[in-house]
Amino acid sequence: MSTSEKITVLNPMGFAPKVVKKPLAPRLSTLDGKTVYLVDCRFDDSDVFLKQMQAWFAEHMPGVRTVFKPISSVYLKDDPTTWDEIKARGHAAIVGVGH
Amino acid sequence: MTIEAQYGVPTVAMHTDKFDRVARSVAAVNGMAELRQVFVPQPVMGKSPRELRAYVDGKDPLTGRPVMQEVIEGLTTPLDGQGVGTIEYDRSTPRLVEADSEENLHRLFMESRWTDYLPIVLPTEERVAAMLAATRRKPDEVVGRMRPTHFREAWEYTVEKVAVNAVMAGARPEYFPVILALAATGVSARGSTTSSMAAMAVVNGPIRLEIKMNAGTGALAPYNHANATIGRAYGLLSQNLQGGSVPGVTYMGSMGNNYAYNSITFPENEERSPWEPFHVQQGFRPTDSTVSVFSGCRSTAYTLGIREKHWREHVRNMLRGMDPHIPPVFVLDPITARQFIDRGGFTKKDALIDWIYETARMPASEFWDYQLVQNYLYPRATFGEEPWASKLRAAPDEMIQMYRREDIHVVVVGGETNGYWRIMGASYAKTVSVDDWR
Repeated sequence: MSTSEKITVLNPMGFAPKVVKKPLAPRLSTLDGKTVYLVDCRFDDSDVFLKQMQAWFAEHMPGVRTVFKPISSVYLKDDPTTWDEIKARGHAAIVGVGH
Repeated sequence: MTIEAQYGVPTVAMHTDKFDRVARSVAAVNGMAELRQVFVPQPVMGKSPRELRAYVDGKDPLTGRPVMQEVIEGLTTPLDGQGVGTIEYDRSTPRLVEADSEENLHRLFMESRWTDYLPIVLPTEERVAAMLAATRRKPDEVVGRMRPTHFREAWEYTVEKVAVNAVMAGARPEYFPVILALAATGVSARGSTTSSMAAMAVVNGPIRLEIKMNAGTGALAPYNHANATIGRAYGLLSQNLQGGSVPGVTYMGSMGNNYAYNSITFPENEERSPWEPFHVQQGFRPTDSTVSVFSGCRSTAYTLGIREKHWREHVRNMLRGMDPHIPPVFVLDPITARQFIDRGGFTKKDALIDWIYETARMPASEFWDYQLVQNYLYPRATFGEEPWASKLRAAPDEMIQMYRREDIHVVVVGGETNGYWRIMGASYAKTVSVDDWR
């Protein structure tokens, strides 16, 4: 086979699943009077960071109630107990810190 | 993503800026490209509260806008319509690449990141057909699914897709059942962790001899065609069949790992081992052919021999040098395996593992302060998961076991040129029958 001759080869990539676009939750009109959960993913000092963010809210937006909430286990596991609590008692969530 | 999509709670995800591309990519493949994400500088780990407060008060390094302004806008700015509604994206993979010259195809494969940047064998129809002839399985049969991380979607692959990657690696058709078994594990050899993991594959049973693998001198080195190309095929099939392994997107290993070139692929030296083979420990018969996969392979400790006077202390020192998050796999030359019997009376592998389990100890306070233990074991301990919950109750100076007994393993390999041996920090994943893929 000469180097200039065209040849046919197979594609080595696997088969991707279809991606179904998921809608975002409606946004809040204001955070004032609302409860915002600061969800600690328990990874690399993310708790220290979120507690600083909690302090920021207390200083700059005292009308926002914040709840610092570590997830129930490692970030690799789903955590329906925590999500249920936030759904029932909170209005919004800030999850961090991913790396 | 779960709390936003499934629970309907408006959410902002915080990340460090090094994870910009991967965070957006993961959101997109999970159908949430418009997820509100805000970035702070890397690293967060090890920074003082004052330094992290500066992150909060500062600007998103990617947008230059104040972090807290982005957070609040992310929770309150109405959706512009793009984030609403459901759409399906078709991402089908064509069977063939458009015909071209060999030179151009080699360039295409490299630029598409389908290779490991070493020369490959182009997977022509003829070469792939020859590979497929080495199994009774049909080309369109689904072998499994694989993904580089927990957060990404798993991609699916067939026998033919595995054959394409086996050809690219330079493997011979007679190796194909082993390569199919590796693919069937679903365990990626191109896992994306910042810790730079690699895989290890241990072959057991008659297939080792049938395809002339090397379990003796230089078994873990580039001196055997089967060892070399089976291991390379495992890497190539992992990166291509899982949907890629691209730094910054689908691969985040900070330093990378040179073991990834052939995934430490070797057969156990069953003929010279004084113990039962690894696959028999996992419930297979000696006459079965199998491949066992491990992941991790970042840390290694080594020494020569098992000294008469202080061998216990020497092994303890080696174990204490390992990160306690990843368990030890003792990789022993047959000379060393017999020395462990001579010194410690470990006539069974299980007896040696029992001893390792009891020997690998450190003070509880030191154990719990390891960063990886904090990240992955401490959260499980605090919610009662054993054995870590009990370890968490230990006094700070109490010498606690570093590993779970069931996570410690021993394999024998090498040519007895000397009694060198090593401990590999690696987690056993699974053992798969090769015979099922013949």
